Amino acid sequence: MLLVQDFLQESAQRTPDKVALICDGQRLTYAQVDAMADRLANALRDHGVQRGDRVVIFLPNSVEAAVSIFAVLKAGAVFVVINATTKPQKLAYILNNSRATALITWDRRADVAAQMKAQVPSLKFAVLTGKKAGERAALREDFLAFDEIQAHYPATRPPRLCIDQDLACLIYTSGSTGEPKGVMSAHSNVVAAASSIIQYLQNVPEDIIINVLPLSFDYGLYQLLMAFKFGGTLVLERSFAYPAQILRRMEEERVTGFPGVPTIFAILLQMDLSPYDLSSLRYMTNTAAALPPSHIQQLREKFPWVTLYSMYGLTECKRVSYLPPEELDRRPASVGIPIPNSEVWIVDEEGNRLGPRQIGELVVRGAHVMRGYWEAPEATAERYRPGPLPGERVLYTGDLFWMDEDGFLYFVGRKDDIIKSRGEKVAPKEIENVLYEIPGVVEAAVIGVPDPILGEAIKAFVVLDGVTLTERDILRHCRARLEDFMVPQYVEIRDSLPKTASGKIKKTALR
Amino acid sequence: MTIEEQIRRYLAENFLFSDNGFQFDDEASFLEEGIVDSTGVLELILFAEETFGIQVEDDEVVPENFDSVRSLADYIRRKMGQPA
Repeated sequence: MLLVQDFLQESAQRTPDKVALICDGQRLTYAQVDAMADRLANALRDHGVQRGDRVVIFLPNSVEAAVSIFAVLKAGAVFVVINATTKPQKLAYILNNSRATALITWDRRADVAAQMKAQVPSLKFAVLTGKKAGERAALREDFLAFDEIQAHYPATRPPRLCIDQDLACLIYTSGSTGEPKGVMSAHSNVVAAASSIIQYLQNVPEDIIINVLPLSFDYGLYQLLMAFKFGGTLVLERSFAYPAQILRRMEEERVTGFPGVPTIFAILLQMDLSPYDLSSLRYMTNTAAALPPSHIQQLREKFPWVTLYSMYGLTECKRVSYLPPEELDRRPASVGIPIPNSEVWIVDEEGNRLGPRQIGELVVRGAHVMRGYWEAPEATAERYRPGPLPGERVLYTGDLFWMDEDGFLYFVGRKDDIIKSRGEKVAPKEIENVLYEIPGVVEAAVIGVPDPILGEAIKAFVVLDGVTLTERDILRHCRARLEDFMVPQYVEIRDSLPKTASGKIKKTALR
Repeated sequence: MTIEEQIRRYLAENFLFSDNGFQFDDEASFLEEGIVDSTGVLELILFAEETFGIQVEDDEVVPENFDSVRSLADYIRRKMGQPA
């Protein structure tokens, strides 16, 4: 399997009638998903999507989102899934930054799609999903309806245009400079990462994975990609908003795999789990932030038959490490060893390799290390630097680690001030930029504060000049500009903010 | 104030941060419309318990009871032993 669409296509050949996707009350076989993706791919090509073009998928977790991902790949193009709560200004930014050719979104966002068409020169057309798509699409030549495409386009497989060196997707991630950047994944990166993860999780075709994480998040996206690669079944849910429903679904579908982030496990551990038969569960995984040791312990007590994997990774290479489950007793605070077919080392500020128990920056080497940030050569050069062999690049993670004598990794902290809230990466600078948009805000600082459920909650401090604003006014503006996980939980209006000797805002003095 | 009005005001103040009330209809899905996000349901539970003195069971936290002003008001009334 060399291209990502092969994950679907080869499983469709091997087990066409096996249920691939359970979502939105539908049960779709591999053959059905493959056919739906072919039809949409043909429509995309018909309307001008060419090899290497970027297609933005702006949908919540849904059948249409899963099908769109594979349709874009089959069309030889590059998919870009973005968070469904992305607000128009950032959506326009990403569409322009990626110079997207097409936008796939849902009928309720038809007005936003029209707005984007006017603001994004590269955008040729939009595909709308949902019941009202047909009536909205009828009004414009540059709007298509997903269901009509399924009704009218042939399911003939489009010609294979790419090689594995071509890009499969861009995954936008927040950076400390405040502007999101698209991590470029070549097909070969995805194949390497997916293969490695499947290997250490010991996935088999009988595995049934439940995914509650957004497909815009690489952790969520790969549940879909990996499930199709190993020929399993994916139960795709919108979110963990209704935990009881998720547990009910896990019981009904005899789910074997449950990927989560600390926020999800924290909520789960507050619940009475006795009404649910979760005996089918084989494994649970955690990444994005560290699971508190007390939660690891509680999970093991409540789910003694389930294997728990503590892992660490970043979008820039998908995953870095996993803790072999048999080490959980001995080294519960460790995030483990490098994933198969990869290696890591720790360096000091000068780039010299460090020995055991010395804290430094983690560097990653392997075929999963991605190509860089889309059209951002400076940012790319900072993180993706020359490796040991000529022409190769290794990833400087920006995370501080130490390694014990046996080579097991321990996360210390970030080099920059990125916040992890609900397992999602939040750039304080991005929120500060939004705060500075508010007339009268003269100073703004955003920090993370510990939170038992969120991991870190977001707290914003602002200084006003010449205006009377309430915290609510500020939150309203944030909500209109930022994705839901980036909206601050706390806002404090201050007369002034603490400064360093050189006059910069001193965040370490804020709480 | 009716239960619906109390819910609308709570949502306007704590989720929409709105100055001019709750601009959606009582049937609008909180999740679909982005009114309440994935961890927001927890806050709704707290609001319902504290404001109306009811005890929300884990398995009652489902979209049928929490995903719109109408659903939530009906659920609260049932829990309070009032006619729907």
